[in-house]
Amino acid sequence: MRATDGKLLAVNSTGCLEVFSTPYPESSWQLPWLHSLFGNGPAVAAGVAAALRARGRDDIRVIGQAGDGGTVDIGFGTLSGMFERNDDVLFVCYDNEGYMNTGVQRSGATPPAATTANTKALGPEPGNAFGQGKNVPLIAMAHEIPYVATATVAELRDLEYKVERAMSFRGARYLHVFVPCPLGWGAASADTIKLARLVKETGMFPVFEAERGEVTEVSRIRRQVPVEDYLRPQRRYAHLFGDPGRPDSVARLQASADRNIARFGLLPEGTRDGEALRDHPRHRLQPCQQDRLVAHRARGLHEPDAAVQRRLPGRGEHPGLALRG
Amino acid sequence: MEDNPFPAIMGRVCYHPCETACNRGQLDEAVGINSVERFVGDEAIRQGWTVSVDVPPTGRHVLVVGAGPSGLSAAYHLARRGHTVTIREAGPMAGGMMRFGIPRYRLSRDVLDAEVRRILDLGVTLELDAKVTDLMALKDEYDAVFLAVGAQLGRRTYIPAGSAAHVLDAVDMLRDLETGEKPLLGRKVAVYGGGNTAMDAARTAKRLGASEAVVVYRRTQDRAPAHESELAEAEDEGVLFKWLTTIKQVDAGKLVVERMELDDSGFPQPTGELDELDADSLVLALGQETDLSLLDGVPGLVVDDGVVAVGPDLMTGCPGIFAGGDMVPYERSVTVAIGHGKRAARHIDAWLSGAAPEPVARPAPATFDTLNTWYYADAPRSHRAVLDRARRESTFDEVVLGHDESTALLEARRCMSCGNCFGCDNCYGVCPDNAVIKLGRPGESYLIDLDYCKGCGLCVAECPSGAIQMFPEEI
Repeated sequence: MRATDGKLLAVNSTGCLEVFSTPYPESSWQLPWLHSLFGNGPAVAAGVAAALRARGRDDIRVIGQAGDGGTVDIGFGTLSGMFERNDDVLFVCYDNEGYMNTGVQRSGATPPAATTANTKALGPEPGNAFGQGKNVPLIAMAHEIPYVATATVAELRDLEYKVERAMSFRGARYLHVFVPCPLGWGAASADTIKLARLVKETGMFPVFEAERGEVTEVSRIRRQVPVEDYLRPQRRYAHLFGDPGRPDSVARLQASADRNIARFGLLPEGTRDGEALRDHPRHRLQPCQQDRLVAHRARGLHEPDAAVQRRLPGRGEHPGLALRG
Repeated sequence: MEDNPFPAIMGRVCYHPCETACNRGQLDEAVGINSVERFVGDEAIRQGWTVSVDVPPTGRHVLVVGAGPSGLSAAYHLARRGHTVTIREAGPMAGGMMRFGIPRYRLSRDVLDAEVRRILDLGVTLELDAKVTDLMALKDEYDAVFLAVGAQLGRRTYIPAGSAAHVLDAVDMLRDLETGEKPLLGRKVAVYGGGNTAMDAARTAKRLGASEAVVVYRRTQDRAPAHESELAEAEDEGVLFKWLTTIKQVDAGKLVVERMELDDSGFPQPTGELDELDADSLVLALGQETDLSLLDGVPGLVVDDGVVAVGPDLMTGCPGIFAGGDMVPYERSVTVAIGHGKRAARHIDAWLSGAAPEPVARPAPATFDTLNTWYYADAPRSHRAVLDRARRESTFDEVVLGHDESTALLEARRCMSCGNCFGCDNCYGVCPDNAVIKLGRPGESYLIDLDYCKGCGLCVAECPSGAIQMFPEEI
């Protein structure tokens, strides 16, 4: 609202955001707000933007919002269309890694090994399969739209900045916000912000900005922690730490976090990898954390994670993945 | 200044137990509280800040015996509560051990004079060279008395000494130096004792030109009562140490010493191994005792083991006579003495008015586990610079230097404000239910709207300073 001087119009796809903000016949939205279907949010937003353009109202900005289901799965076709036409819309995805509102089903944003209502902790590969799902921020970058950014609810100032920054561009913009769901993930409500902080500090969710397909800024890790610290407080990963547990799966998740770290250059300046981190007083790992990090890596070494590598589209050769410094 | 009339002095000579307790010590290094206190105290002197008496005169007259840290502190707090205060001091200058015990290189006399002056400016009467010899004769002239005569008699031990042996007392030596007499120590000086006074004596001897100052102590270094920082500073200045050693005999130019060893209970036992140590003089620093002669004939007053027994309100067995500082059985430090002064003033005030003393609100300590340190920027501690070694060995200039304004501000900002809201808006930002209302009033920044709060505890978990608490509702 502040970034647009109050001249804002919102289009919403179905999601829990609507459940708590617009229980019929009430609405907590104090701005023009439009809901159509689960899957067509980006198309409706693009239409609204076109209508405003036709009326010559370039002072009113349009924002589209959806959860990861409405963005990554059901709304993906219309989202890609909005991107390729470069419609003047900021689309925000609130990513809680599944269909939490309808009973915790898996989405294309559900991470490997996580249990949901339809990826139970059963069989040889319990939880969500490795090697599936998609990374929409990278796909958005591949459309070479003016602005793509990721953020978490743990860094509200950063989120604020990125909305303001997005509003300084015209054309299609995409903001992917990581939002833990205490209910769907089986985590304590009070840990919501902590989990959002840890997902970034493990490297599992890279926080960055990109313009026209090029990464322009990354939020570096401040105090690196092993993925285990992020996984353990969540019941959806409980099977990884039971008896006997699945240290191999934890190692694969650590390997994918390490890949993100290398790919986006997430380590603090002046350090090159976790080994160097150990000697860096500002980012010193607790001895137990070091041991676990090393242990996870050792396990990962014997088992190159081809599946995880397949999961991430783009690879290093894509121009969009050229890294800064 | 509400609590402590001596910030510039405390910022120099306090052993800052607060820094040991500081939660930031568990994150990187404790906040340099002492250095910030010194900066603020020095700034107050530089800019001539004054304090005022904001209550009408009570018409009560209190006698304070002794113008040391405890007596001056009591006088300050009594004067600010509207009482008329007279201090009687036996010595020629105010300050007590802050002047006659602590050498100049640890506490500049300009600073001491300025902070004493600020107390006298409140209307406190100071009578110098006015030793109280008979307390009971004076008692009726006043409504209450606070005794703070300190402990300035050097403790003695019997050491056989030859006729030409040069033995003197550390307390006397430091006092003589302050009144302008330069003690004759010779080239090689031995100091007997392991406390802070021993360090002061040895470091002073070096400054007076001794080529060698040796501290002789019968136990080990880790059992020496001297504060760690003073031991380190003495060592830096080239003071030598002979641990596990006692002195058997003093002769002209040399000492006979005996090696000791600690028994199972940690007590030193003689071994019979004798040795000689060259020394032109021997300075005794074996602890201090109180001159209690003025208390003769005070009814009800109990002296136990050389110190005056007091209750938790610092009142002696004689109603209306209170005591504090080195003459009562507590840890002997300037910090404790100043605290006694304040505590005594509070209880004297209550005793005079016949009311119960105002309760002291002490919130529970804010522990490290209630903090969310993620939100604090990495900020290494700024340490104070020290004087060059060459100048430390030859002059009485202050050894530890103060921070400049920007460094002091930076150090102060390292404080994590444990348990106290500093208005960061974090709770307002993270609340998923908009249940935190911003009031923006000083001291009352936020309100939790319990009609909307669902009790998720997110604000509590994410409060950087642990200032929010959540309790289960009673059903």
